Formats: sequence, C-alpha cells, structure tokens
Amino acid sequence: MVNIGACVKEPGSTRKNKTGSWRTFKPILDKEKCIDCENCVLFCPEGCINKDYDIDYDYCKGCGICAEECPVKAIKMERG
Amino acid sequence: MEIREEEFLAPGHRGCAGCGATVGVRLALKALGKNTVAVSATGCLEVITTPYPETAWDIPWIHVAFENAAAVASGVERALKTQGKDAQVVAFAGDGGTADIGLQALSGAMERGHNIIYICYDNEAYMNTGVQRSGATPYGASTTTSPPGKESFGEDKPKKNIPMIMAAHGVPYVATASISYPEDFMKKVQKAKEIDGPAYIHLHQPCTTGWGFDPSKTIELGRLAVETGSWILYEIEDGEFHVTYRPLQRKMVDEYLMAQKRFKHLTEEERERIQHNVDALCTELKI
Amino acid sequence: MVKKVFTANRSVAEAVKLAKPQVVPVYPITPQTTISEYLAQFVADGDLKAEYIRVESEHSAISAALGASGAGVRVFTATSSQGLALMHEILFAAAGMRSPIVLVDANRALSAPLSIWNDQQDTISERDSGWLQIYAENAQEALDAVLIAYRVAEDRDVLLPCMVCIDGYFLTHTVEPLDVPSQEEVDQFLPPYKPYAFLDPENPMSIGTFTDPEYYMEARYAIEEAMERSKEVIAKANEEFAEIFGRKYDFIEPYQCDDAEIIIVAMGSVCGTIKDVIDSLRDEGEKIGLLKLRVFRPFPTQEMKEVLEKASKVAVLDKNISFGMGGVLYNNIKSKTNADAYGFIAGLGGRDITPEYIKEIVAKTKNPTREIEWIGLKKEEV
Ligand SMILES: Cc1ncc(C[n+]2csc(CCOP(=O)(O)OP(=O)(O)O)c2C)c(N)n1
Ligand code: SF4
Ligand code: SF4
Ligand code: SF4
Ligand SMILES: [Mg+2]
Repeated sequence: MVNIGACVKEPGSTRKNKTGSWRTFKPILDKEKCIDCENCVLFCPEGCINKDYDIDYDYCKGCGICAEECPVKAIKMERG
Repeated sequence: MEIREEEFLAPGHRGCAGCGATVGVRLALKALGKNTVAVSATGCLEVITTPYPETAWDIPWIHVAFENAAAVASGVERALKTQGKDAQVVAFAGDGGTADIGLQALSGAMERGHNIIYICYDNEAYMNTGVQRSGATPYGASTTTSPPGKESFGEDKPKKNIPMIMAAHGVPYVATASISYPEDFMKKVQKAKEIDGPAYIHLHQPCTTGWGFDPSKTIELGRLAVETGSWILYEIEDGEFHVTYRPLQRKMVDEYLMAQKRFKHLTEEERERIQHNVDALCTELKI
Repeated sequence: MVKKVFTANRSVAEAVKLAKPQVVPVYPITPQTTISEYLAQFVADGDLKAEYIRVESEHSAISAALGASGAGVRVFTATSSQGLALMHEILFAAAGMRSPIVLVDANRALSAPLSIWNDQQDTISERDSGWLQIYAENAQEALDAVLIAYRVAEDRDVLLPCMVCIDGYFLTHTVEPLDVPSQEEVDQFLPPYKPYAFLDPENPMSIGTFTDPEYYMEARYAIEEAMERSKEVIAKANEEFAEIFGRKYDFIEPYQCDDAEIIIVAMGSVCGTIKDVIDSLRDEGEKIGLLKLRVFRPFPTQEMKEVLEKASKVAVLDKNISFGMGGVLYNNIKSKTNADAYGFIAGLGGRDITPEYIKEIVAKTKNPTREIEWIGLKKEEV
C-alpha cells in the first residue's frame, strides 16, 4: 500500500538504489599517494568516499570529479 | 575548520553523474548537522532526491511546490517553535524557484524575519524541465528558451541580482558562495545558523547537463567562475559588505566561457563585452 | 455555553479560538477580512496561543499552513474568492499530502468583472481538489462546522483538509444570536491533534515526494477512499456533537420533504429564505419542500436519492455556473440520482434571491420549458 500522502518514513532509503551500475569509468584511489586533503570526500556528488578514502562502488557513478580534484593525482579513472 | 564526517544526503539519488546540486546540499548539511529540517522547491534537487518510495534525505524534509519553498519554510519554522523544537529550518530552491516564480514568497518570508536559512542553489537555468532560461541565467548564455539564432545571441539580459535584493530587505545575513569553495560556503552556512532571524545564501552551482561540460569538471567550472571574477564570493552581515575571497590573479573570462557549451556560440566581441562588465564590477570591488 | 449575537465571521473566529490551532497564516480579503482581524486581536490579547503569520498572499497562507501542518500542528486559514483561486494549486497539494487543514471561505464571486459580493463559484470550483466541503446556513452552523471540520479532517480514517463555506455578507456580515460553546465542551469533542506524518529530527521523514506512474494512481485512489470513509466519520462526529452541544447536524437537512411534490435543493444562507417561502406556499396548499445540502464533498448520494426520488420534480438552485454545462450541484444531482431535476442559476455576484424568484423557480419547475434557467436576470441588460 502506498503510504498516506506518499510520505517516506525510511530516511536515506535511496541507498537501495545502487547507482554504481551507471558507471563507465571507475576511480581507483592510491592511498600511498594520498595527502589527506579531503577534496575527494567533500566534492563527491554521491558522498560515497568515506574518511578512510574507501570508495563505495555500489554508488559511485564514475563522474571523475574526485580524480580531477585530487591535488596529487592519487585517483585514476579506469575503464570498467 | 571542523568538518562533520556524517552524511545527511544518502547516495543512490538520481542526480546526473557529476551533479553540483547534491554537492551543495551535502556540504550545507554537514555544516548544519542532524538537528535540521529541510524544505525543497520543485526542481532538480527535489525530483532526484525523493523518488517515492525512496528518499535520499536523512533529515526531515518537505516539498510542496515550485514557488513556495519560503512560505512552506515559514510555516514549518513557526510550527517547530510552538512545539519548543529548536531545529534549524533550511530551504533549498533553484534559481528559477528563487529569482522568478518564488520571489514573492521569498520576499515575504525574509521581511517577516523567520529564523530560516534560504539557500538558492543556482545552476543558472530551469534544469529540471530541460534548461530553460531563468532570471539568473547570465548574459549571453544559450538555453532552450534563449537560443542563439539569426536574430539572437542567447540570453540578452544580465543576471538578476537576488542577493542584493535580499540585502535590500534588511536580511541580517546575506552571502554568496560556490560549491567549489567548500570551507567558505560551510562557514557561511554556520554563520547563517548562528544568526537569529533569516539568512540568505546564494550558492553558485555548475550543472554538467545544462551548461555542457564533462561531469568531472563540475568543481573546476565553479572555481573558474570565481577565479575569473564572473562570480564573486561575499557576505553582507548586518548591512556590512565584504568580499570573502579574492583571486590572487584574476583569470580571463574567456577561460570560463569557452569551457562550456552554453557560451560556445558567442563572438569575440560579445565575449569582450562580458569581460568588460566583469572588469567594471571587479574594479569597483577591488578584485 | 453562552448566548451571543455575532456575525458568522465572528462566530468562526470564536470557533477557531476554541479549536486552538497553533499556527494561523491568513491574508485578508473581503468579505473574509474580519476573520483575519479577529484572530489577530485574539493572538495580540493572548486569548489564542498561536503563531499568527502575516503572509504576503493567499498562496503563501496555504503554503505556510501546509508547512506547519507538515511539522505536526493544527492550523487554520481563511480566505475568499480570488484568494481561494490563488490557493488552487496548493489546495490539491494539501489533499494529496493528506494534511488536515481547516479553511473557512467567505463565499464570493470570482472576477471578471470584479465583484466583492456573494455567490458560491469560488468553493464550487475547488470541488475536485480532495477537500471536504461543508456549507453553513447561519452563524451558528458556521461555528459548529469549524469544530466538526477539525474533528473529521484529523481522524486517521480521513486525513483530508476541510473547507467550511459561509456566504459572503449574507452570513459574514449579518449578526445573529447564537450559542458559543465552552472550552470544556469543545475539548471533550475535539481531541488534541496527533499527526500521522511530521517533521522531527528525532524521526526523519520525507513529506511531499515525487512519484512516477508506478505509484501516483494509488496515492490518488487513497484520497478517494478516505473521502468515502469520511462519511462514517462525519456521521459519528455529528452524533457526538449532538450529545455534547445539543445541536444535531446531518449531511442533508430536509424541510417539509415528506409529502413534497416539488423539492428545491440549495446550499447555504439562501435556505433560510426558501424555508419562509415554503411556509407561505404551504399555507396556499402547495406541497413544496427544501433539501438543504450541508456536506457537498463527500457527496451524500444515498441520502439525496432517498429524499429526492420521492418527489415528482426537483428544482436545483446553483449559485455557480459551469459554463456550457449548467450549475454544478444540478449536474451532480442529475448524475447521481434519478430525480426529474431542473437547474436554476441564481444569485451570482450578490444578486438577491428574493421570495419572488423562489416562487418563479417553483412555477418553472411545475411547467418546465428549459432544462436550465437563469433566475433574476435583468432582461433589459442581456
Ligand atoms: C507553478 C509551476 N510552474 C512550472 C513548473 C514546472 N517546473 C518544475 S521545476 C521547473 C524549473 C526549476 O528550475 P530551478 O528552480 O532553477 O531548479 P533546477 O531544476 O534548475 O534545479 C519548472 C519550470 C512547476 N512545477 N510549477
Ligand atoms: S567518480 Fe564521482 S561518484 Fe565516483 S567516487 Fe569519484 S566523485 Fe564520487
Ligand atoms: S583528493 Fe587525493 S589527496 Fe585528497 S584526500 Fe582524496 S585521494 Fe587523498
Ligand atoms: S541537470 Fe544539472 S542540476 Fe539537475 S541533476 Fe543533472 S547535473 Fe544536477
Ligand atoms: Mg536552476
């Protein structure tokens, strides 16, 4: 049954929708090179890079912002 | 600056890859924290974040229509107040929902002095409906309703200056911001939260789909806008204006314009006119 | 309970005070204006503990009401005519978001030409919005209807907004004696509002979402079901209202219908005049009755059928017009009952519906020449 007024009582439930399938290019993050600037964390439109710089590929759409904004080129976009 | 790790906008939303609007919301909510109630106007943000039966919002959220986010926020704020709840109300509306159809409701709400933060996420056109021009579309830009042609060079009016219109309302805190300068933006959001009364933040937000650039360049484009002086970061606190960021060496506007499909049709002469206008304003502001 | 002599606008304001909404966004418009003024004064005097929002338009009034209702409190707003039309978009949203807002509309004609006088075009034009609609005949009914409206709208089986419609000037600006109930009585009848969905950081929800074709129809069907269920809720509210306040309301109020050959159907203040005309016609031996319709949405089909189908003819008085189609009430009755009905458009833009016009309606119903007649037109001006 549709909720009364089509309200959604489950916060953050778009997490069910794995947008990783949209991706053509995949960001690969090299923690060795990383200098902890947090650019990638702040600028990811999906918020799918955590504080330990693990990328959640379930959601990463492969936009390439993180790679573009990494000051030390620690992130590379690869096909697949 | 302490930046919260917590995320209040979940992934899985339907924004285009590289969407700048969701970057803006993520940053704003990091600055505001959990005790926040959000209001959205109809537009990209609302549609991509609440595809029933899902929602990307981890905080309470309400949407009613395109032109009334400020009025809805007014009601929410008063209702929370009567219940003794001290949550911060924040409204997110697009440039269309702010500069055009929602301007009256915004004016009323700001004048009434509600304790709300109103953030206009400005992607400079009606993106949700397919890139039609808004009052915030910049001079020369091509949109689906301001297309260049034999008789047209694109949008023929300058961008409507909403932050100054807000300042003229006597709003205690008015600021411009860009998603490409997260610290600057988040500091402003925090200031807006501390202020007792209304606050208006006009957030510049590049849109890969509507402006025509590679999704990886969203942040770069926002930065170019600021570094060329095409978008100026400032705040107006109790009537005191000051610029919050000055590019070390202002870049040529061409670099910003030529990176986007929406300006590709402009002739050198037209681009020079834009450069001239930017120079005039920047000189006045010592940028 | 105390006896007072009030206009319907004042009686509505008293009802609102007794119902204790927490947020009241209103925008003035003739002839609703004094409602907005009384409420402002009540709040200023501390007699109504509510946040009064001096919005800049009716569009924002209903939007703020919907926002406040979404945040979990009881709300009230009032308007009229152009104001209601300006709210149109949000009226549909309020019903769709299942927000139990109570709104009083001082019925007034819609422009153009501009008119500040009464007819019922404004509320009738919102009949498909998903709001319940109650039409009051007098100031007492207006007061009582506001209390009943909250009780019904907020019921978990309903959760739909409700509009109380009071005729501009005829009710809004005419004083009448009435009973004002005590706070204790009202508290007994109207429990505190417990929202189904609300905005609270402790329990985050998203209200007013976007649906694709997968869910929209079901959400709209749910409104239809709630509208249907509201009939039972209204009936129960009416019963309890009678127990507490001693006044019994129903969906319809038949007057002299039992043996009536012709029944006039009407809504609102004109029913008083019609009753007087019926009394005098009955003295002359004419078997005429009145069916006053109080609840227009949900439409009480069964109750209407039972009364109307016994009469040989039915005259429907509409203070509205769906151009090219006739009066809306007439068309609703034609589609829902087997009555031999005729439509009469009257009283638009404040044109008085005199006893003579009502007699003319009766005469024309006896010997009908046209399906729909306009009553009281000045021949020299058409
Ligand atoms: C009253 C009304 N008019 C028009 C629309 C159609 N519409 C929906 S969103 C939109 C444009 C939104 O533009 P903006 O506010 O800039 O937000 P964006 O989509 O760019 O994020 C329009 C025209 C509507 N929903 N309601
Ligand atoms: S590619 Fe885009 S979506 Fe994927 S992690 Fe990087 S910024 Fe996020
Ligand atoms: S942007 Fe690069 S350097 Fe900065 S945190 Fe991310 S991976 Fe590390
Ligand atoms: S059109 Fe632009 S604003 Fe809208 S979702 Fe796509 S990138 Fe974001
Ligand atoms: Mg826009």
